[in-house]
Amino acid sequence: MFSAAALLKNALSGHTGWTPHWRKAAPKPRYDVVIVGGGGHGLATAYYLAKVFGITNVAVLEKGWIGSGNAGRNTTIIRSNYLLPGNIPFYERSMKLWEGLEQDFNFNAMVSQRGVLNLYHSDGQRDAYVRRGNALRLHGVDADLLDRDQVRAMVPMLDFDNARFPIEGGLLQRRGGTARHDAVVWGYARGADRRGVDIVEGCEVTGLRRENGRVVGVETTRGFIGAGTVGLAVAGNTSRLAAMADLRLPIESYVLQAFVSEGIKPLLDTVVTFGAGHFYISQSDKGGLVFGGDLDPFPSYAQRGGLPVAEDVAACAMAVMPMLGRLKILRSWGGIMDMSQDGSPIIDRTPVEGLFLNAGWCYGGFKATPASGWCFAHLLATGELHPDAAALRLDRFSSGRVIDEKGAGATPNLH
Amino acid sequence: MLIPCPFCGPRDLGEFSVLGAARARPVVAVADLDGEAAVAAFAAYVYERENPAGPQAEHWFHGAGCQHWLTVVRDTRTHAILSVTSAGTDEAAQSLEAAQGAAPEAAP
Ligand SMILES: Cc1cc2nc3c(=O)[nH]c(=O)nc-3n(C[C@H](O)[C@H](O)[C@H](O)COP(=O)(O)OP(=O)(O)OC[C@H]3O[C@@H](n4cnc5c(N)ncnc54)[C@H](O)[C@@H]3O)c2cc1C
Ligand SMILES: [Zn+2]
Repeated sequence: MFSAAALLKNALSGHTGWTPHWRKAAPKPRYDVVIVGGGGHGLATAYYLAKVFGITNVAVLEKGWIGSGNAGRNTTIIRSNYLLPGNIPFYERSMKLWEGLEQDFNFNAMVSQRGVLNLYHSDGQRDAYVRRGNALRLHGVDADLLDRDQVRAMVPMLDFDNARFPIEGGLLQRRGGTARHDAVVWGYARGADRRGVDIVEGCEVTGLRRENGRVVGVETTRGFIGAGTVGLAVAGNTSRLAAMADLRLPIESYVLQAFVSEGIKPLLDTVVTFGAGHFYISQSDKGGLVFGGDLDPFPSYAQRGGLPVAEDVAACAMAVMPMLGRLKILRSWGGIMDMSQDGSPIIDRTPVEGLFLNAGWCYGGFKATPASGWCFAHLLATGELHPDAAALRLDRFSSGRVIDEKGAGATPNLH
Repeated sequence: MLIPCPFCGPRDLGEFSVLGAARARPVVAVADLDGEAAVAAFAAYVYERENPAGPQAEHWFHGAGCQHWLTVVRDTRTHAILSVTSAGTDEAAQSLEAAQGAAPEAAP
């Protein structure tokens, strides 16, 4: 569909010849696999199920439209610079998949390896970043420690001599960067649809039907749909879906906000994170500066944030990049995070037979989209955990094998 | 957002910190602490959450005010505050029960 010839033909005919990228499928009575949630993870799972494992009798059920959840609300940062052994292979698989994604699904997802630069502001923080960088390199993941002058050469507009948080240097992952979130959703949807997957929008799952302890299908606003297996990929709504099968999970839901400024000329060609507060920023191709910070502090399903966090984000912005004070904020919004108790995700079976779980993505699940889909598809198709996601188990909490990058303990809002 | 503290009156959110859902701690005899049932009960207590979309009873601390622990019943869909009581009191236990149909809370 996307070839040089097709682009030329459509350019000359006023772009009236393009056809929809996926069918508006109506639900069939039964599927081998039903995936609940048409975000990036659900759609990537369907795509790899069809493409890698040859399982095509699959439906993705989405209560709104695909990408209406966090997939279409995030700040689009991708990276694989995690510290702990349980996380590194998983996120590095994701990064490798990002690197070949556009060729793989033949869709422009605007993957841009513009680098992710984590600033440090003290000697202690530098030591921690040295440790992280070494852990990454031991696993074959790229990491470069920059001194102050090297950071200044990359991003001269920062406040290097801030009285409280002077910038001493940074840890750079050059292969990190950004991708166009909506295009990721559309590319996976298109690729799954073309292999026979039904993408059913406007179809909310309201119940999980069980017989003899096994899931046999889902009740939806468009009727009952039978299923061989059911995979949940509903991000912030995970606990609500799990409750339909009488499960309680190590997850709480919180709002994360994002902000975008008015569009300006090219200023920032990398992703920068502030090391003395929670703040990250990049520039979109439209010119807006896209940034965010902490979660709102209390559990929420409201999908909109409060002013105290907006104020904190603005304060961080002014501390690291004071020129931002001259810009207007164009828009802000919020999404519901499935915060896990150790800050790491879960890709596993559940105690209910036939019911599988993809959740706990916290505020970092966009970068995980390709590997999450790949590993979840592997689990649904083979019944086995994927080796790169073998630590992302549901029972790691009761067994004490938590993957706590921050060492914050069972406090979901602090991860 | 204003939280009506029973001791200080309506105060700004920034004066408070939230501990999370108010839940009953498992009660286990010392001799049974290493038993399978106790381990499972504590793992569930530490990690598993109801995480309801709707009213939830939570423990909040009024650090920049009276320094009391409070039981706040709050709707997670709207952020509306339904009741605020002094934690560990009978009144708080009733509000918790009303919110969750749960057993009375232990003192935080
Ligand atoms: C403001 C913000 C900034 C972020 N920034 C980043 C970032 O820079 N980098 C990064 O890696 N991650 C980031 N994230 C996190 C990332 O967006 C999420 O972890 C990820 O998108 C979650 O996976 P998903 O795409 O499948 O979720 P979603 O897109 O939320 O998909 C879940 C879908 O399930 C649907 N659903 C829910 N309940 C039902 C039901 N009962 N029946 C049918 N469908 C249902 C929802 O409508 C939704 O479409 C950010 C998130 C937010 C909100
Ligand atoms: Zn008070």
